[in-house]
Amino acid sequence: MSVSASNLRAVGEIADEKESHPQPWRPAIRIGNLQKIFGKLLAIDRVSVDIEPGEFFMIVGPSGCGKTTLLRILAGLETATAGTIEIDTPPGSQRPENSMVFQGESIFPWMTVWNNAAYGLRMRNAPANVIKDRVGHYLDATGLTRFADYYPHQLSGGMKQRVSIARAFANDPEILLMDEPFSALDAQNKLLLQEELLRIWDEQKKTVVFITHSVDEAVFLGDRIMVMTAQPGRVKSLVRVPLPRPRNIIEMQKAPEFGELVHRIWSGLRDEVQRAREQENMEAETDSKEQLP
Amino acid sequence: MTTETVASSPEQGFSMSMRTRERILGIASPIVLLVVWEVAARLQIIDTRFFPAPSSVLTVLIEMLRSGELVTNTLVSLRRLALGAVIGGVPALILGIAMGLNRWVRAIFDPLVAATYPIPKSAILPLALLIFGLGEGSKIFMVAIGVFFPVVINSTTGVLEINRIYLDVGRNYKANRWNTFWTIALPGALPVIMTGFKLGIGIGLILIAIAEMIGAKSGLGYMIWTAWETFSVEQMYVGLFMIAIIGFVLTVLLNELERVIIPWKSA
Repeated sequence: MSVSASNLRAVGEIADEKESHPQPWRPAIRIGNLQKIFGKLLAIDRVSVDIEPGEFFMIVGPSGCGKTTLLRILAGLETATAGTIEIDTPPGSQRPENSMVFQGESIFPWMTVWNNAAYGLRMRNAPANVIKDRVGHYLDATGLTRFADYYPHQLSGGMKQRVSIARAFANDPEILLMDEPFSALDAQNKLLLQEELLRIWDEQKKTVVFITHSVDEAVFLGDRIMVMTAQPGRVKSLVRVPLPRPRNIIEMQKAPEFGELVHRIWSGLRDEVQRAREQENMEAETDSKEQLP
Repeated sequence: MTTETVASSPEQGFSMSMRTRERILGIASPIVLLVVWEVAARLQIIDTRFFPAPSSVLTVLIEMLRSGELVTNTLVSLRRLALGAVIGGVPALILGIAMGLNRWVRAIFDPLVAATYPIPKSAILPLALLIFGLGEGSKIFMVAIGVFFPVVINSTTGVLEINRIYLDVGRNYKANRWNTFWTIALPGALPVIMTGFKLGIGIGLILIAIAEMIGAKSGLGYMIWTAWETFSVEQMYVGLFMIAIIGFVLTVLLNELERVIIPWKSA
């Protein structure tokens, strides 16, 4: 199955934005020349990348680089202005194409933890025993079994985000999309949830596209990191993370390769963050000038 | 891993005792008012021709209970109120949520609602009498009109105020229209809708009293009006008390209902 953007454009191979070595695998997600324009603003500019099946793919970039828009296009919540997205679904697969873990609070306040986690399965009329097994399994994996009958207002921020993760995993999609799921959490909770996520992901190794603004997080979790430029969002570089799995986040921080990688990505990203900041300043200046009589 | 602390469930400790205290105060304050009134009447501080002592009103009330007059009139008014609330409330709920979910429906009905809403509902009574005659129809219509507006307006607002992220979740998890309505729009808007409904019941109570004073042969409004015509002030107060009690009981019931159907509303 493939999701095509409106105004379909030919999937052009752009040499300079692709890795040079030939691909032995069939991509789980193929993004071709993707472009998104909001009014006059070019948000995403010709992004092309192939994501491997089972890859934990990270996207980092300065705020406003269009990474959330890119993910929303992948999720089908937004349409691209031009370009293509192909998501490889095995023939005859009953699975939904993607499930998203949203940034911020996205679990329904009016449903219990259990009903929230079961939402995707219920919406596609999964049999009751499947719902029971899957939801039970992922609530267990996220340590939420005891809180199955709780309402979200009775939970802490970290637990709410666990529910959101359980909901996405329980839905058993082809690909998982995560939009800065841990950005609102404190450092300790973030660490716990990152480790939990890796542990749960390890069971089935689904393809994950994960957005973050934290370089550390990108290196902790990812197999490959796509660094994006400031607006308009382009692919600045693709960096492979050669660190072995399973990963221990605390131990990783001691490894010299970790430091080098973070350093390398940061130095590339710094220019972009700087540029994004200058753009913001310029916009603020023009705004204030316009307000003058 | 469950190293995080979990907020205590609402039925615990300090918050519960606070709520119990609030409830006790809520019940005690009208009783205190009645006692003060009684004392003031007995000491002739207030004119008992206009403000008869609650005890003498109670005597008349018991008489009217024995004769069955009070029960009949109360039930008649309650029936009109209930029918009006359903006939006005259900379409308002459906239309309001549709207006909240769909911009075209909103574009069509919003001007109509905005234009008719400011008309004082009591001013529609002659028209209601003209259309529905002196029977039950005109009374039920008046209540329905009173309930309709607050419910339709609050349902629309309630849906529009639902955080967009929940609708995105619905789309991402492939909720169809039916499910979007039942699992997102309705529960998401329910707290605001409940407020509208409570408001509507209050307006309905006002309108039923007015409607029954003119062109009716039964009901509490009719009872109050005949009391005025026969100068039986106590009977008038019995009618007023009954309406006040209905209003009070309905408020309590609706608050309890709210607690049951909106359990996620943090206490």
